[in-house]
Amino acid sequence: MNFTNFGRYILLLKSVFRKPEKFKIYFKEIAKQMDYVGVGSLGLIAIISTFIGAVMTLQIAFQLVSDFIPKTIIGSVNRDSSILELSPTISAIVLAGKIGSAISSEIGTMRVTEQIDALEIMGINAPGYLILPKVISGITMVPLLVIISMFLSISGGYIGGALSGAVTPAEYMQGITTDFNPYTITVALVKAFVFGFIITTVPAYEGFYVKGGALEVSQASTRAVVISCISILACDYIVTQLLL
Amino acid sequence: MIEIKDIYKSFSGNEVLKGISGKFEEGVTNLIIGGSGSGKTTLLKCMVGLHQPDSGSVLYDGRDFTPMSYEERIEVRKEIGMLFQGSALFDSMTVEENIMFPLNMFTEQTRKEKLERVNFCLERVNLEGKNKLYPAELSGGMKKRVGIARAIAMNPKYLFCDEPNSGLDPKTSIVIDELIKEITEEYKTTTIVVTHDMNSVMGIGDYILFLHEGKKFWEGSNKEIAHTDIQELNDFVFASRFMKAAKDKF
Repeated sequence: MNFTNFGRYILLLKSVFRKPEKFKIYFKEIAKQMDYVGVGSLGLIAIISTFIGAVMTLQIAFQLVSDFIPKTIIGSVNRDSSILELSPTISAIVLAGKIGSAISSEIGTMRVTEQIDALEIMGINAPGYLILPKVISGITMVPLLVIISMFLSISGGYIGGALSGAVTPAEYMQGITTDFNPYTITVALVKAFVFGFIITTVPAYEGFYVKGGALEVSQASTRAVVISCISILACDYIVTQLLL
Repeated sequence: MIEIKDIYKSFSGNEVLKGISGKFEEGVTNLIIGGSGSGKTTLLKCMVGLHQPDSGSVLYDGRDFTPMSYEERIEVRKEIGMLFQGSALFDSMTVEENIMFPLNMFTEQTRKEKLERVNFCLERVNLEGKNKLYPAELSGGMKKRVGIARAIAMNPKYLFCDEPNSGLDPKTSIVIDELIKEITEEYKTTTIVVTHDMNSVMGIGDYILFLHEGKKFWEGSNKEIAHTDIQELNDFVFASRFMKAAKDKF
């Protein structure tokens, strides 16, 4: 994203947060988007998180071969990694692919078929009507999905450890309950909030300013996912640096 | 009435509109015609505010639209209905929801009142009972008619139509033209149609503004168009053999 694009992105956001014409209609749209972003992504996030948790347990167990390190450490490392990094970041990257491309292609198609022009002509703030509900659903649903992901990732670690015999359930449970720092949850939720904003606004921007036809819509969609992923990783570093 | 004064518009140094002026009266069908790339759609978009002209003004019953703030424009836009070239119906909504959409946004009517208005608009465009269909289930002509129904849902004072006949068979084109003319005369709207369809020009062109290479070359009615000496206009209007043969009968 060069400076011109960044400037246009900021100007688009300014339009997005204009006062809605009718709150009732916006609420309906927000509910629809929350269902799509939250409920619609639940299955995918559940599967990914559970497997990542299980694999994490196996890999930590593989690396901790010293007799001086208690096996309970597998649980605590898995817990902190899941909460601080894996659940927010992996979930966000997966959601950027699923939701980001959908947002970009939906808005891009509306642009090339003049549906956005139709909204403008009616006197409706098109960025507000189309993007605001998506942003609100992103910043509320992504943190919720991340909380679920944390739980499932840690549970996946438990299942993986128990099935493989890498760590006993008792040791794992002891590991995840020892020296827990609740502040890590705060850091993860701040990340999820930021990622939710990126996942919805960057693709919306790419879709909103599409020019051309089907080819350009698909290119915008690809660009949206790539830029979202890079932005997520960059913001992940910045938030981690600022909060830890 | 809509008046445009000295409209200039360029894109990346390429001047598309070069000082266009004209007056579009209410209750008559005003046509903007011209070949591809003559600037007619750009002019239409400048008039409705989708493009900002480089200079010049667009007056809606004396109200200058070009320098207006976002909020002021919203008020004018509530009086505008527009039919797009590709109909621009919202894919995710049914026919009924498409027509009801502006009513939901800007009126405090009850659901029953809104539904009555939707049914009235659908009846007006001969699409009774098609409420629950999605745009993907409609033919090109039906989409255009739903587009007109949505455009008139709010009782607009100004109706813009961007190439309403494109992609339609001749018979359906005539139906759409007649519908636009009837609505214009019935509701006394200021209607502006951008077209390069000669059937529309001859059929409903009460006032015609001819653009060529971004300039206004001619203005008049469909009765006068056959009797001009302007080469560019004659080349455009009587381009086909059929029109050449028919010229003497006009």
